Amino acid sequence: MSHMTDEKAKEYWGRNVSLMIKLLVIWFVVSFGFGIILVDVLNQFQVGGYKLGFWFAQQGSIYCFVGLTFFYASKMAALDREFNVDED
Amino acid sequence: MDLQTLTYLFVGGTFSVYIGIAIWARAGSTKDFYVAGGGVHPIANGMATAADWMSAASFISMAGLISFMGYGGSVFLMGWTGGFVLLAMLLAPYLRKYGKFTVPEFIGDRYYSRAARAVAVVCLIICSVTYVIGQMKGIGVAFSRFLEVDYNTGLLIGMCIVFFYSVLGGMKGITYTQIAQFVVLILAYTIPAIFISLNLTGNPFPQLGLGSTMTGSETFLLDRLDQVVMDLGFNQYTTDVRGSGINMFAYTMSLMIGTAGLPHVIIRFFTVPKVRDARASAGWALVFISILYTTAPAVAAMARLNLIETIEPTQGEYLVYDERPQWFKNWEKTGLLAFEDKNEDGRIQYSSDANVNEMVKIDQDIMVLANPEIAKLPNWVIALVAAGGLAAALSTAAGLLLAIASSISHDLLKGMIAPNITEKQELRASRIAMALAIAGAGYLGFNPPDFAAGTVALAFGLAASSIFPALMMGIFSKKVNREGAIAGMIAGISITLFYVFQHKGIMFVASTSFLGDMSPNWFLGIEPNAFGVVGAVVNFAVAFTVSSFTAAVPAKVRELVDYIRIPVGAEEAHDH
Repeated sequence: MSHMTDEKAKEYWGRNVSLMIKLLVIWFVVSFGFGIILVDVLNQFQVGGYKLGFWFAQQGSIYCFVGLTFFYASKMAALDREFNVDED
Repeated sequence: MDLQTLTYLFVGGTFSVYIGIAIWARAGSTKDFYVAGGGVHPIANGMATAADWMSAASFISMAGLISFMGYGGSVFLMGWTGGFVLLAMLLAPYLRKYGKFTVPEFIGDRYYSRAARAVAVVCLIICSVTYVIGQMKGIGVAFSRFLEVDYNTGLLIGMCIVFFYSVLGGMKGITYTQIAQFVVLILAYTIPAIFISLNLTGNPFPQLGLGSTMTGSETFLLDRLDQVVMDLGFNQYTTDVRGSGINMFAYTMSLMIGTAGLPHVIIRFFTVPKVRDARASAGWALVFISILYTTAPAVAAMARLNLIETIEPTQGEYLVYDERPQWFKNWEKTGLLAFEDKNEDGRIQYSSDANVNEMVKIDQDIMVLANPEIAKLPNWVIALVAAGGLAAALSTAAGLLLAIASSISHDLLKGMIAPNITEKQELRASRIAMALAIAGAGYLGFNPPDFAAGTVALAFGLAASSIFPALMMGIFSKKVNREGAIAGMIAGISITLFYVFQHKGIMFVASTSFLGDMSPNWFLGIEPNAFGVVGAVVNFAVAFTVSSFTAAVPAKVRELVDYIRIPVGAEEAHDH
């Protein structure tokens, strides 16, 4: 690594992984959690004509996926700048 | 203008655009041919990825599947979108940083082994070939249904178009045609959906219409649908679980990691300039995909409701067969709809009870293909759906064919058989490989093997159980070594194939299945198509176990792992 000390590189990677784990927990909860495991519980609530669990399974989880991906991209772009490893 | 003329106009128009792009975007180097020169804007790549990803199955079949599965169909919606989150965080940025041309190339270098690269090539080719057969069939079917051209002629026309832009332009030609194809397919999908949502609920957004009340009524559309399907004896639409919770969990997870592991999707992320762009591009791809995937459940529910209310306008009052609408007659001719008057009363009884049901055939594809006609939309919308279906099939076929061709010319030829060929020779070889891949795929399209229907699911199972774990461990672990990775990939594929074959028959020949396709014999109630995730778990377990007993990863390879984890310094890896 010409641009970074080993210690810095380790810290950068650690922060990347911890961000990733947090976001993957959300990824898991909105799809497998709300859409499959807890679907019957959430279906007791209505959002308009949607049962809530059904909404997460067919709509909500997908919106969350989009949000998570962009959030990760922007957080990582900031982290790259902070560690001075961005490509500009 | 009549429908036939309009359809020719739309299909002909879109095809001339694709050819125009092909002439403009010719490939001048192997870098152009494999990764479109590496300078594709992340939003443009997002669109191209969306078209690459959304196949004839997504466009034509998925809404129909959900239509008849109800809540159970959610496995496709979550599975085929959630994989992009994994791709964005776990694979795409690091493989882009690595900066080479193919997926097996990374596996070969990371596991310092030609054998590993060869195993990856085999997995890639099996995944992509099985997948491409479905696209070829989609092209033939779309032509024969909409243009009344013979299936084989239609397929031949489609092959010529793909041949033109992919042999000439490689990834560069494919990228820019995929962008055009995305625009065509997304308009073709959403416009009928908007009309239908307006008709039924008054809301122009299908995503909101699905949760709204029916026009002129206080009843929610989904409540109405639940009611009518239950009156016919089916399970409640919004709670109809597929198999069991465990099965849905496994199915969704298999599709997600299968999606992230499909090589033709991964290589799209090699075309953007920077690591940062690869991350953002995955987000854009997901935005463009979500437009279709959040519309599909509305199409599914509304088409089902429309169909039932056409057949049974008021409860107990069935449609008189002789008074059936024109679209019904049109689609009867194709064999996708079939009626049998069992009680000879001249009316169409539709029921979940097979003894009473007279709608003996409702093909799932009807729900998208006939949707504009059922909703009485103008002819130009129907013509647009034809062009959209073709765009979806062509764009995915081209992406798959490139993945196959590049693994033949770059991994097998340049990487193993003839490492000393010049770039010019390799470019020529890649064009020949592409032409051969198209010919091979066309052959399989003309003579679809008996197992074709079962194999798309197999492609996901293989990608999930072999390629995804190998790539992920290669990036996130410095402990997994050559022996571990090869053993893991072989174990993952073997157990997945074994499970599929024991239930579905060896190579899908039903008589050779030794456990029968019966749910009581399923492991934890998991259906064969959902088994990829179990294969992946086995792959991870075997790879870590074998690695802990064999020689550690060489220092140079550990440095490579450090190198791909950090965005800066992309230039250093280019030694090809």
